[in-house]
Amino acid sequence: MIGTNRYIGSPVERVEDLRFLRGRGEFVGDLRREGMLHAAILRSPSAHGRLRRIDTTAAYATPGVRAVITAAEIGAVPTIPLRLLPLPGTERFLQPIIAVDRVRYVGEPVAVVLADSAALAEDGVGAIALDIEELSPVADRRASGRHDILLFEESGTNLAMAFIAVSGDADAAFREAAYVRRECFQVQRYTALPMEPRGLLAEWDGAQGRMTVLGAAKVPFFNRDTLAAMLGLAPTHVDLIENDVGGGFGARGEFYPEDFLIPFAARHIGRPVRWIEDRREHLTAMNHAREADCEIEIACRQDGTILGLRGEVFIDLGAYVRTNGLIAPRTLAQFFSGPYRVPNMRITATALLTNKTPAGTYRAPGRYEASFFCERLIELAAGDLAIDSAEMRRRNLISAAEMPYKLPRLEPGGPMVDTECDSGDYGEALDRCLAEFDWAEKCKLQGQLIDGRYHGVAVACFIEGAGAGPKETARLELASDGTVAVYVGSAAVGQGLETVMAQIAADTLGIPLDRVRVFHGSTSYLEEGYGAFHSRSTILGGSAVFEGARALLEKVRAAAAARFGGSTEEIELVDDRARISDGRSVSFAELAADGLRVDTAFANNNKLTYAYGSAAAHVTVDPGTGRVELLDYLVVEDVGRIVNPLTLHGQAIGGVVQGLGGAFMENLVYDGNGQLLTGSLADYLIPTATDFPAIHAIALENHPSPSNPLGVKGAGEGAIIPVGGLIANAVAAALSSVGAEPNELPLSPPRVWRLANPS
Amino acid sequence: MRVMFQLNGKPVEVDVEPRMHLADCLRDELRQTGTHLGCEHGVCGACTVVVDGAAVRSCLMLAVQAEGCTVVTVEGLSTDDALTPLQTAFRKHHALQCGFCTPGMLTTAHALLTEEPDADADRIRAALSGNLCRCTGYIPIVEAVLEARAAYQKTDKP
Repeated sequence: MIGTNRYIGSPVERVEDLRFLRGRGEFVGDLRREGMLHAAILRSPSAHGRLRRIDTTAAYATPGVRAVITAAEIGAVPTIPLRLLPLPGTERFLQPIIAVDRVRYVGEPVAVVLADSAALAEDGVGAIALDIEELSPVADRRASGRHDILLFEESGTNLAMAFIAVSGDADAAFREAAYVRRECFQVQRYTALPMEPRGLLAEWDGAQGRMTVLGAAKVPFFNRDTLAAMLGLAPTHVDLIENDVGGGFGARGEFYPEDFLIPFAARHIGRPVRWIEDRREHLTAMNHAREADCEIEIACRQDGTILGLRGEVFIDLGAYVRTNGLIAPRTLAQFFSGPYRVPNMRITATALLTNKTPAGTYRAPGRYEASFFCERLIELAAGDLAIDSAEMRRRNLISAAEMPYKLPRLEPGGPMVDTECDSGDYGEALDRCLAEFDWAEKCKLQGQLIDGRYHGVAVACFIEGAGAGPKETARLELASDGTVAVYVGSAAVGQGLETVMAQIAADTLGIPLDRVRVFHGSTSYLEEGYGAFHSRSTILGGSAVFEGARALLEKVRAAAAARFGGSTEEIELVDDRARISDGRSVSFAELAADGLRVDTAFANNNKLTYAYGSAAAHVTVDPGTGRVELLDYLVVEDVGRIVNPLTLHGQAIGGVVQGLGGAFMENLVYDGNGQLLTGSLADYLIPTATDFPAIHAIALENHPSPSNPLGVKGAGEGAIIPVGGLIANAVAAALSSVGAEPNELPLSPPRVWRLANPS
Repeated sequence: MRVMFQLNGKPVEVDVEPRMHLADCLRDELRQTGTHLGCEHGVCGACTVVVDGAAVRSCLMLAVQAEGCTVVTVEGLSTDDALTPLQTAFRKHHALQCGFCTPGMLTTAHALLTEEPDADADRIRAALSGNLCRCTGYIPIVEAVLEARAAYQKTDKP
């Protein structure tokens, strides 16, 4: 690396902010095209039924309505392929991009109306008459497991997939253990809820036979290939363009039915078509997440050493297996034990179909749920064995000497049957957390009733696996104005990608930050790319930029050497000039005439990074109202190497508060008929500015990852992982005098009140 | 229906359907897309604009109700290319990630500090509690607004 390390590690203010702060961002809803029509989607009002007839007569008679598209207009209706874990058997449960003769959840697309304005399109939707023969809905995973009412009769089952994670011999460990405890836990269904609703703007160029779709996010290249196949076009004739994206958190950017329907509509009618989701449809259309329960046993020695974990986890997957729907189930199994040394484990994770919105990933999929289950169980064991909460964890954390530490083997595992924790000292992060939190002092309040409120404190530990392969791409190009254009296959979903990639490029190239221009997320820049999921962008995309920048510098040296008739060893790069030993020099801008450009890819062979940390919380519980107040929350995470402390801190604090939403309030409630009862933001509550004012985060960079040249680890999902278990354990500690065992989330005031006031 | 109002210091005149809300009017008719729509039922606050000095959800106000009003959107907070002290503080404190809720946060905070330049953290939190942010956890937003108070205290208007 030339120059000094000026940007990596510094709190560089984001380049993205300048447009967002002045209202100059370009989100898909801000875009329009000449002659553009607006789409609105009629969605199934029934959770389960046979679709007998769609009468569009009145819709066509609605002023401004130009077309109505149903399965009949589409013809052969494609199903949405799995992006991750396309395991044998799943092909039976894929979602058709529009309902054909059956509806399986409230919110499933049935028809698309195209009109001169969004309001008129909605008028048209309201004028369509549906004739649906109601079928009994499969309301929850227990009903699903009976397999008497089936979502897909021809399959003969509601079982979407079962995973098993194994290490050692769990049954033998339980036979020999001095202490065993079995418990059931449950996490509710909730969702990522990015603030920008989804949207798409599709343009069909009939003369060229080209499709362009604006509003892409997360995985534009995979979605481009998927859409091209569905439309019968070559991938080179389809472009997905990423604009500013108002939050992703795992849910936005997967291939949804609309990702076909809107481009199809544009080709069908020969005009640009824009669709912007409203919040009500968002809550039934976008992936749900998290709903899981378990029956789990722990086996320990008398001194608290964990000998084994075994049991079953059940996941309510909703009506179809969507693109990444199996990630939470597989992860729930393999990551059940998290950062703890559990020599003998056997966990099955069973994903079952129900008549609800399909589930997908949401920030730390499976890991948040598993942490809740595991942390609660460990806390109960610590209580039974009369061992201090922190000591119980310290005793069982994987130690630095055990690195790399192999996690349980997963079947069927896809690309990560086996994975191992890469580096770190988990106990060091725990001790730092306890010290900064003033654990010993706060523990004196444990369970005490002060001014009518019970106090409780708890601590939890976590690992954050990140950086799914196979690779990421980048192109660096020297421009004639002396700037370097950096094209990345990574995608921006609001996390500050442009700034972080610019920091890495500028430092490696030894040029000022404002000489780097970052282009991302659109299929028009690069031939392939892999996108933004699994906290992978800085690891894989950043490493690709780093290696590409080094390669570009070699090209600069070679070009300068050729100009001066010297060897590359004689070339010195200072600021943005190449200088030869006799003093002659040439600027990068001048060298751009030589067409200096590097295409590169960084592959990690699916070697994941494992950031890790600990978190502690101090709550009070009002037994009269069931209200929990969070007095203090601290998370300490070692991320290997910090690129931008400002954006990293944002990821940590934001992740904690999202986790608190899940721990306390967020809940997608269905009735027995499969109707969503929380279909607006007045019913579906997320944290607001007054809820959690005391959140603190400390980032460490003591143990870099050996799997990439920057030493970075994924850091977007760690802070959310322990929140559910930690908060439940703090509430349990506060209410220990009444023996409360909060084993279900969310800890809403009514639930906490019942815990505090046992009958 | 024809409606006339002041938008970011300039008179505008626009023909709208009676059912069109102010946010759609600003975004679609007047092409001021800085005002964002996150829920269209008055909960998320992304569409907040300042109408006659008060922070208002433009998805809950009909365009025709703006007749004769003075409307300020995020585009009108700074009169030149420079960031205002409030915007500068947002950037410094990393008070935005995806940027979608940001226009509503800025307009709400601007209306608050214009009226109450000494607002404390609790007051700021209460005023911002009608604006949802999914990225930041709110803590840096409150820090940014606290820091921006100085600019409002000196001149009343930044």
